[in-house]
Amino acid sequence: MKYILMMTGNKSDFDGYAKWSKEDLQANVAFMRAFSKELKHSGVFVSTEGLGWPSEARLVRAGKDGEPVTDGVFPESKEFLAGYWIIDVENPEQAYKIAARVSQAPGAGAKSANMPIEVRPILSSHADLGL
Amino acid sequence: MADPPQDVPFEHLLRELAPQVLGAVARRFQDFSSAEDAVQEAMIAAFTQWPKEGVPENPRGWLIQVACRRMTDQMRTEIARRERETAVAKEVENLTSFLEIEADMDPDDTLILLFMCCHRALTSSSAIALTLRAVGGLTTAEIANAFMVPEATMAQRISRAKQTIKASGVPFRLPAQPERMERLPAVLHVLYLIFSEGYASSIGTHLQRLDLAREAIRLTRNAKTLLPDNAEVAGLLALMLLTDARRAARTGAEEELIPLDKQDRRLWDRAEISEGIDLLTAALSKASVGLYQLQAAIAAVHDEAAKVEDTDWPQILALYELLKRVAPSPMVTLNYAIAAAMVHGSAKGLELLQALDSDPRVADHYRLAAVRAHLLEKLGDHQAAIEHYRIAAAKTTSIPERNYLITQAARLAGD
Repeated sequence: MKYILMMTGNKSDFDGYAKWSKEDLQANVAFMRAFSKELKHSGVFVSTEGLGWPSEARLVRAGKDGEPVTDGVFPESKEFLAGYWIIDVENPEQAYKIAARVSQAPGAGAKSANMPIEVRPILSSHADLGL
Repeated sequence: MADPPQDVPFEHLLRELAPQVLGAVARRFQDFSSAEDAVQEAMIAAFTQWPKEGVPENPRGWLIQVACRRMTDQMRTEIARRERETAVAKEVENLTSFLEIEADMDPDDTLILLFMCCHRALTSSSAIALTLRAVGGLTTAEIANAFMVPEATMAQRISRAKQTIKASGVPFRLPAQPERMERLPAVLHVLYLIFSEGYASSIGTHLQRLDLAREAIRLTRNAKTLLPDNAEVAGLLALMLLTDARRAARTGAEEELIPLDKQDRRLWDRAEISEGIDLLTAALSKASVGLYQLQAAIAAVHDEAAKVEDTDWPQILALYELLKRVAPSPMVTLNYAIAAAMVHGSAKGLELLQALDSDPRVADHYRLAAVRAHLLEKLGDHQAAIEHYRIAAAKTTSIPERNYLITQAARLAGD
């Protein structure tokens, strides 16, 4: 079963991150690198990506003739996706355990950031046999 | 690595030879894990060389030779490393001749491998991957593609599975008779899971993917040849054939799911059905009836009905009654409730479903909500049916199922 683990934050979380100390940033980057390695080593890794920051996000709608109309103004409370991991595991509990692990990534002041990680199942093209 | 072309004859030959070669090499070197890697490398070498240079005269000998060369190379490296560390030398030259190894082959090797790969210590996903590679003769790339994960992830999964087997210390030989019978259900379960993975995902846009259902049928056929007297192996093969027979009818032009009662039965594969029924008839006359024989028998009752109205539901109900005793599970109870609803009315079915609401293994499963929705609809309680179709749609992890369920809700809401 595949799950997506999503790391999210609002604009102020991203702004805060940009002001972390060098040591805190290094610790965080090292943790993330080790985490990805762990996923690969344990045979559950499918993919991971990091996304551009909220300042680069645009809302796009089709205009009258179908041409893109962009808007970059978002409410302060909006949660932005920072990055994700897709894993292939045996059951949801295993996915939650892995999510809890990444939630412990070191944050500012060398304390655990205790980030909330949104975990959602990825739908498959399966239809089970019902046996 | 690029995917090898599908369905070329040498590929079939390779898949048939792989477990024989692996068995011989693993026995000679008494090292399943390294032998498995070496055979995989030999297979990949064959994939690249045979299409260009033609299939060698003795393909099995060729594979054994290449695999043995890999094994000795690896041992030399290992010894050289140890020499540097401990200055202990060891003789590897003339360790073995491939002809000798080839002569040493045993028809039971495939069976030994099956028992090994379906070891209890492994998670089902690891056992499936290892079985497909070691017994099925598939490449890591093919298996990774079938499960839609990166090749490196699948390689890692297989390598960890082998470490687990190594740590468990199972020797490379056939388990003794009582242990064999005790471990057989785990083997059959893995074969069943491979089939169900392939059959269930035959819908969708993954036409390029390996046909796992066909691979499972092939492996189970081999297992039946090796265990000709076992009624459950025959039962499993029958179940696969009787289910696979409906494959062409279970999806529509838009790849939408078509439930059993709406399928065009003319599309069912008659040859598979009659082979399945013959196998089942022979199996049932043999021994005590088991889980797979009963499920095959239920599939056979459906397959034998030319029209959906002809379905012999009292017989299906009786078979589920037996199944509840032989292999009780919440899914069996759920299916029993469906059959009871067909025989005694939807109200009876709904009553039986209530017991499952307090069973944590199934209470949250989409199928419970889907079956309830279906029975409520039959009773004419459309509002409640819509509600349960939508609950089921939210809980399923399958796109075709979700589409089917929300469409059912929409149909009732639009009436």
